Amino acid sequence: MAVDQNLKIELGKQGIFVTTIEELYNWGRRSSVWPMQFGLACCAIEMIATTMARYDLARFGAEVFRPSPRQADLMIVSGTVTKKMAPQVVRLYNQMAEPRYVIAMGACAISGGPFKQGYNVLKGIDRYIPVDVHIPGCPPRPEALIQAFMTLQKKIDGQPLTGEGRPRHLDAEAQGEFPVPEQGEHDLEPTSNKGVWPVPITIR
Amino acid sequence: MTVVENKAERAEGWNRPQVIEPDGEGELLEVAMGPHHPSTHGVFRMDVALDGERVVRLKPVFGYLHRNHEKIAEGASYLASMPYTDRLDYFCSLTNNWAYALAVEKLVGQVVPERAEYIRVILAELTRVQNHASSIGFLIQEMGASGTPLMYAFKEREKILDLFESLTGSRMMCNYMRFGGCRVDVSASWLDATRKVVAGLPAFVDEFEALLSSNEILMARCQGVGILRPELAINAGVSGPMLRGSGVNYDVRKVDHYGIYDRFKFRIPLGDHGDIYDRYMVRILEMRESIKIIEQALRDLPAGPIMDTRAKLRGFRPKPGEAYGRIEAPKGELGFYLISDGGLNPYRYRVRPPSLINLTILEDMCLGHNVADVVLIFGSVDIVLGEVDR
Repeated sequence: MAVDQNLKIELGKQGIFVTTIEELYNWGRRSSVWPMQFGLACCAIEMIATTMARYDLARFGAEVFRPSPRQADLMIVSGTVTKKMAPQVVRLYNQMAEPRYVIAMGACAISGGPFKQGYNVLKGIDRYIPVDVHIPGCPPRPEALIQAFMTLQKKIDGQPLTGEGRPRHLDAEAQGEFPVPEQGEHDLEPTSNKGVWPVPITIR
Repeated sequence: MTVVENKAERAEGWNRPQVIEPDGEGELLEVAMGPHHPSTHGVFRMDVALDGERVVRLKPVFGYLHRNHEKIAEGASYLASMPYTDRLDYFCSLTNNWAYALAVEKLVGQVVPERAEYIRVILAELTRVQNHASSIGFLIQEMGASGTPLMYAFKEREKILDLFESLTGSRMMCNYMRFGGCRVDVSASWLDATRKVVAGLPAFVDEFEALLSSNEILMARCQGVGILRPELAINAGVSGPMLRGSGVNYDVRKVDHYGIYDRFKFRIPLGDHGDIYDRYMVRILEMRESIKIIEQALRDLPAGPIMDTRAKLRGFRPKPGEAYGRIEAPKGELGFYLISDGGLNPYRYRVRPPSLINLTILEDMCLGHNVADVVLIFGSVDIVLGEVDR
């Protein structure tokens, strides 16, 4: 239940701070999103540039890049995911602890990008793991990554602790493990994970 | 080019990889470093066999970023491959553009106007400065100096990227060169901005060197580690700062005189021992030489067209034949080999990436060292996975 905004401001003037557990909890979660130090291709360089002095991702509480998936909250899929790399990406995602989020950075991670017509490039990482924010661009500018962070923070802020739309770690029935694809005879098998990516229906 | 003659060594088979025997106590530990490892510059795997801390075997595993660049290029028109070359070595898109443009220009006998040649030199040397600065930054980061040197390097890199962006429209993927010239002309204000950035570069290199060169930890970890002998370097086809760090005087800019490099005065820094410190030092000195070249090019930049008026871009069909164009990219000799059958797209399109070929001697450099040094030796090779796996 949200606190009345006017009442909150009025109490604030009196030196009383009123909040809800939900707001406090989400404020804490969104202000320390630790990404995983995990670069795939060209976009990784822009990701590094975002953490450097000029763009300074530390302003959003997200400058601590963790090398281990166990300590990370956010996976930035920064670059082309090939069919050889896709199983490792899914495995790393499975190893992350809840609550976990994914940003698909760049055209390649979204859809295969300029390399889509090739034989070895996955046509979007959202076939295997749930993606929260997509950023287009080849590569996206650092400002675009910051925008994605702000979008993600808004999403975290808006998540209620109970009921519909609650984060996955509070939902006992939510899927935790995602099947890791394997290279089959012609393509990765399965070609997409159930429940993550609705297979488009071709109407003839 | 110095050819090292040592018959006694050759008779013993010096070209074969060195063999390090385990000491027989305990078991060998096999570690897979990568493909997700913070120090592998992307997605690269090294299967290392360790005897205690010592590396006994090292097997590189490639292909985690194979994006079928060559196959796509064989199905696309010549000009359509230009944006793909940006994504080979994504730190230095402008030198990739140049190498590809040079190969196609050789194929069709295209001449390039003088102003365009000067602009190409300015952009290529700016690319070299930012590549060397950030590669040193990454090397020191792998040594454990988390962030600081890399931030110095990226501070300067951002200034150079601003110049690229205002000229070509993109920070990293510039797609600027064309067969027979460049895409857009430089403006007077861009030249002023470039002069300002270039005037600040020597101070940056001084600062960088004062911060790092005599640092005790850097010296202790780099000197005498990862030695690459000149004979092996030549035999394996290593090029760029790696080769010059081993003391072999070979720079495509001096050997081929491609473009207009014979008009500039610059020296080729050479290493003495072939260890990581020499490679680091060669990169620092190369930045200084690049700054000299840019200053000369900015001083002599002539007026005139930037595109050859006879150059054909649409419906471009070279006569049947083949050509190999190579340049000295920041990482080494970057070459494009093209075979034309007279059609709209090349019959064969082959990239000779410096990163992949410099990486082939990784095992020889790492054997016998500690596992912590493997990360450093790997960093000193300066690779980009987009170019290794293509």
